[in-house]
Amino acid sequence: MSDPAPDSARPRTIVQKIWDDHLVAPGTAGAPDVLGIDLHLVHEVTSPQAFDGLRDRGLRVRRPGQTLATVDHSIPTTDRSLPIADEIAATQVSRLEENCREFGIPLHGVGSPHQGIVHVIGPELGLTQPGMTIVCGDSHTATHGAFGALAFGIGTTEVEHVLATQTLLQRRPKSFEVRVDGALHPGVTAKDIILSLLSRIGVGGGTGHVFEYAGSAIRALGMEGRMTVCNMSIEGGARAGLVAPDDTTFEYVAGRPHAPAGADWDAAMDRWRRLPSDPGAVHDRSIGFDAGELVPMVTYGTNPGMGFPITERIPDPERLTDATQRDSLRAALAYMALVPGEPILGKPIDVVFIGSCTNSRISDLREAARMLRGRHVAEGVRVLVVPGSTEVKRQAEEEGLASVFRDAGAEWREAGCSMCIAMNGDQLSPGQYSVSTSNRNFEGRQGKGGRTFLASPLTAVASAVTGRLSDPRALL
Amino acid sequence: MSAPAREPFRSVVSAAVPMPRNDIDTDQIIPARFLKTVNRAGLAEQLFCDWRYLADGSPNPEFVLNRPEMAGRAILVAGDNFGCGSSREHAPWALTAWGIRAVISSSFADIFTSNALKNGLLPVAVPPEELMRIGSILEAEPDAQLTIDLEASELHLPDGSVIPFTIDAFARRMILDGTDELGYLLRLEPQLEAYEAAHPPRISTLA
Repeated sequence: MSDPAPDSARPRTIVQKIWDDHLVAPGTAGAPDVLGIDLHLVHEVTSPQAFDGLRDRGLRVRRPGQTLATVDHSIPTTDRSLPIADEIAATQVSRLEENCREFGIPLHGVGSPHQGIVHVIGPELGLTQPGMTIVCGDSHTATHGAFGALAFGIGTTEVEHVLATQTLLQRRPKSFEVRVDGALHPGVTAKDIILSLLSRIGVGGGTGHVFEYAGSAIRALGMEGRMTVCNMSIEGGARAGLVAPDDTTFEYVAGRPHAPAGADWDAAMDRWRRLPSDPGAVHDRSIGFDAGELVPMVTYGTNPGMGFPITERIPDPERLTDATQRDSLRAALAYMALVPGEPILGKPIDVVFIGSCTNSRISDLREAARMLRGRHVAEGVRVLVVPGSTEVKRQAEEEGLASVFRDAGAEWREAGCSMCIAMNGDQLSPGQYSVSTSNRNFEGRQGKGGRTFLASPLTAVASAVTGRLSDPRALL
Repeated sequence: MSAPAREPFRSVVSAAVPMPRNDIDTDQIIPARFLKTVNRAGLAEQLFCDWRYLADGSPNPEFVLNRPEMAGRAILVAGDNFGCGSSREHAPWALTAWGIRAVISSSFADIFTSNALKNGLLPVAVPPEELMRIGSILEAEPDAQLTIDLEASELHLPDGSVIPFTIDAFARRMILDGTDELGYLLRLEPQLEAYEAAHPPRISTLA
């Protein structure tokens, strides 16, 4: 029934196996496949209109036990005992609470020990497991692909479809293998791998595909590094990205609150071990590069594909032959107020943001704190450290990381999306520069007129300490 | 549980709004600070807000949507990879609220395509060289009328040429009929029950 087919069959990729395993109804001449969904994560921003749709049609939530809600996007990361000052945000949060009550969906709301960024709490609770289909009204749902799950972002109409039927109409995606072999040098991280990929293929390079990340450098990453890589698949245009599960995955999942136990664990392991792509499985596209050649990466433009090694100089739009590309780069550099030919290293910065579903997990905070210990944030620089979940916050406080951040002059805040999306009051002022561990440097993403350099937590800390965009390898 | 009524869509005839820039992301189409709404309606004012208005809130005269002749146009012609980034369905809601019924580009981001089709907004993908040609036509003749015939899946240019385009066959049927996908899924109840019987849930968030 639900087991992946034996390996003797036609060689299949992990995505094909998961797809076949979740086929509720195969597509017909006119209609796409209907795909069963194992886990639906819900948050306050992309769900209210979907619940209204259910009410309009008199529908219930079909599988509340496969649905989990939390608040992350629009909630403040300041004192949680105070009411939300922004009335519109407060309405949105209370609307989610009402909807969850009415439709019987479990909610980790404000004050819950499990509240946090939706893509941080799923793995933390052990709900994210290999071989699953996972969706959420959020494009960074690909994060869960780190576990060998097929996880992708959906729109609000699709949120309504999943609430009502626990299925989605989907066309089978194409497969794009991203092979990263070799070993990362000290100071170079998972974030640099994904920023390097994006600089190679551009923000539309993976459209229509699912990335399968493979190779020794990916295998060598811990689960949290793999989550960082998969998280930004959408920044390459791929709706999902995943890593085949291995012992690293199984060790991470084991013992978590919702992980299978006892005989269920053995049965799960049996299934999970058969998930990796078969030898000879065919990918529609592939790219490979050597992790040993990477140096810390940073973005200079206004999309995540506009990145380069931090040691490089700002590119010159006049060298581009395609008129639209030239105009796009010109507009990006004008927005960023950067001059072609100048080095990016040493650029003065105003704000450092360490957080987001890309880089807010305990290992990110440990790495950042290790570099920051005994150092101090440069004068005039504001540093926000925003843990990805209330549990990460608790753990970081227990390990003494929070006091490292505080002692160095950084702000230690409550869990949420915060300045990654700047909906909750945590934002840049017009013209300010940030070094951010988040995933998007679009115009205004971190606040209207704000300018974002995307980078790893290590590059963020090195820049916080010097007040200028800095190479973390100098501080190792 | 009747499907929400939507006007069946056959074709759109309109002059175009030119926006020749690549990788226009959904944060530009509608900035995140407007996503705190719990409604679908009322987003027309916020479409391209940060490009459309100056710091003092007055319309930016340089921005294309603020040219008086653009009012009422239903076709947007944009650069490659339109709608990348965030999955926010507020992007097609804002575009359609302003009056856009179709976007022409050389490619669209996957989630945007899906969201657009569910809101009767047509993502019309044409080969890059055709997009360049459309750009030149619009430069020479800014008020030229384009016709998008969904029934025939053809884009008719003012010079008489016709560019065929592909729209997901299922979504196309839904838009032509003015129906929606949820109605289709709900009719699959027997298959849903069979699937659920064979696939007991591996997790329970209620536990």
